[in-house]
Amino acid sequence: MQYDALVASIRLVGVSKHFGDVKAVDNVSLDIADRDFMILLGPSGCGKSTLLRTIAGLEDPTAGEVWIGDNMVNDVEPKNRDVSMVFQSYALYPHKSVQANIEFPLKVRGVNKTERAEAAKQAAEVLGLTPYLERRPGALSGGQRQRVALARAIVRQPAVFCMDEPLSNLDAKLRAETRAELVALHDRLNATFVYVTHDQVEAMTMGNRIAVMRDGIIEQVGSPKEVYDKPASVFVAQFIGTPPMNIFPAGSVEAADHVVGARPEHTHLTTSGVAATVALVEHLGHEIQVVCTIDAEHRAIVRIPAGTEVPGNGSSVFLTADENYRHRFNVETGLRIS
Amino acid sequence: MALDTAPKGWRSFARYSMLTIVALFILFPVYTTVIAALKPGNKVLENPLVPDAFTLDVLKDAWSQGRLGRYLMNTTIVAFIVTSVQLVTSIASAYAFSFLKFPMKRLVFGIFLSTLLVPLEVTLVVNRRTIDSLGWLNSFQGLTIPFVATAFGTFLLRQVFMQIPPDLREAAQMDGLGHWGFMREVAIPLVRPTLGALGLFSFLASWNQYLWPSLITTEDDMNTLQTGLRLLASSDLDKPNLIMAGTIIAAVPILIVLVVFQKQLVRGLTAGAVKG
Repeated sequence: MQYDALVASIRLVGVSKHFGDVKAVDNVSLDIADRDFMILLGPSGCGKSTLLRTIAGLEDPTAGEVWIGDNMVNDVEPKNRDVSMVFQSYALYPHKSVQANIEFPLKVRGVNKTERAEAAKQAAEVLGLTPYLERRPGALSGGQRQRVALARAIVRQPAVFCMDEPLSNLDAKLRAETRAELVALHDRLNATFVYVTHDQVEAMTMGNRIAVMRDGIIEQVGSPKEVYDKPASVFVAQFIGTPPMNIFPAGSVEAADHVVGARPEHTHLTTSGVAATVALVEHLGHEIQVVCTIDAEHRAIVRIPAGTEVPGNGSSVFLTADENYRHRFNVETGLRIS
Repeated sequence: MALDTAPKGWRSFARYSMLTIVALFILFPVYTTVIAALKPGNKVLENPLVPDAFTLDVLKDAWSQGRLGRYLMNTTIVAFIVTSVQLVTSIASAYAFSFLKFPMKRLVFGIFLSTLLVPLEVTLVVNRRTIDSLGWLNSFQGLTIPFVATAFGTFLLRQVFMQIPPDLREAAQMDGLGHWGFMREVAIPLVRPTLGALGLFSFLASWNQYLWPSLITTEDDMNTLQTGLRLLASSDLDKPNLIMAGTIIAAVPILIVLVVFQKQLVRGLTAGAVKG
């Protein structure tokens, strides 16, 4: 299944969506290039789903412009945007067979029976659903339903795929497998993907670009590496990465006019530095994570190789941040300085 | 809760005895009706509970003398019209209350529901007058139009429509379906059991209507089964069991409908009660 070359860049210009007094999306501008795998990442309620739905046409923006390719689509019906959507709940039609579900978008568009059966078969093949075409969604597992939803999305060959947390109902193992399948699908289809998730592992492993959102605004847009290596704010620094970046109190590591952050792998237990108390030692098998309390508001996690001797709970330790890997943020705004 | 230590056999014995008693209460009138209808008229009053004589004459008499064929046809026409139009209006209004956005939706729905509190008897006189002024006495319009829309149907279907996940509506929207398409392709197929139950309810209710038809029919040709039975009862005093035979004839079609659609009825009543 191969697409003709489509130009499906997406441009959001000053898009806002307000529900009463709540600003779900607030003056967001974002460029998504043709064939990007763009991840909208953020905690619950940050406006990422609303932004996706605005692109799909399920929400009308309160202000701003949504462009797909060369067309401003603010007033274009969802069905005419050349966008398909995969929902978190899969939203399959429970009374239709898998085949009927997959064909449905084509049926609505008046494609004749033979053609749409052929297209459905192809899409089913791409997603390994051929043995299940006659079944109803109720008789499928979560992962299979998920793939039916994907097949329904790809069957009409849209220029843009919108996906709203499509993996969140799957168990951990299946999620990891499907993640890889989605990446392969993106490579294969060569279409533009816009993918919403709150899971930073999904974001880091799947997307070629990530937009990190908080409270309706975009905090940072960049490649996974950029976002990880050079987080634009304390929020991004702590949202990306497991465990999150350690933020030291202002003045404890460097001058008091900024705060210093360091990833757990760049934070070390030493004999001098920032005083802390060990709160918890977690043995993860391949490594040990030592959770330390610096003061009431600051905690830091140190990753050390398995087999190393570690201080016990409650012992006093000193922490240092590797000088080559320090991140500096403004005390007031939380924005990156260097 | 105290632990139930009674042996299993005793418990089911008690349960079945209870059910049997209740069943006897319900079936007794049916039994006497059948017995009376199948006995010659002169034997009905001696040993009314014992089937000691048998004849089909009474049933035949009731059919011919009472013009039950004509009444049966009238009732069937009325019940079909009322049921089918009621389904259409209930689907349309319930869909609007579930999936469309319009100002004062809750208020309008509240007003709709409040009509459930008004008993038929209250509106009887006004409706009779309206039908009269429209010149619809002794007509199928008169028999059916006051019943073609019900708040009950709207309410029942709205409840099941509301259980359809919003994602499904949005998925359909992305697939290119408008409201009509979504109603036809998704919403209606998904609530089919409830539609079946609602259809059956309105069919039964319409079939058993007595008060309204008796108010607006004055010509014998327009009598329905129920009003026709009334005539039958007063037509031949020599045959007190004629009315019993008529009742049985009137009940047979509805029994058939019930037996055929029993599954639908139960499914509709329990729809949404258990997570599917």
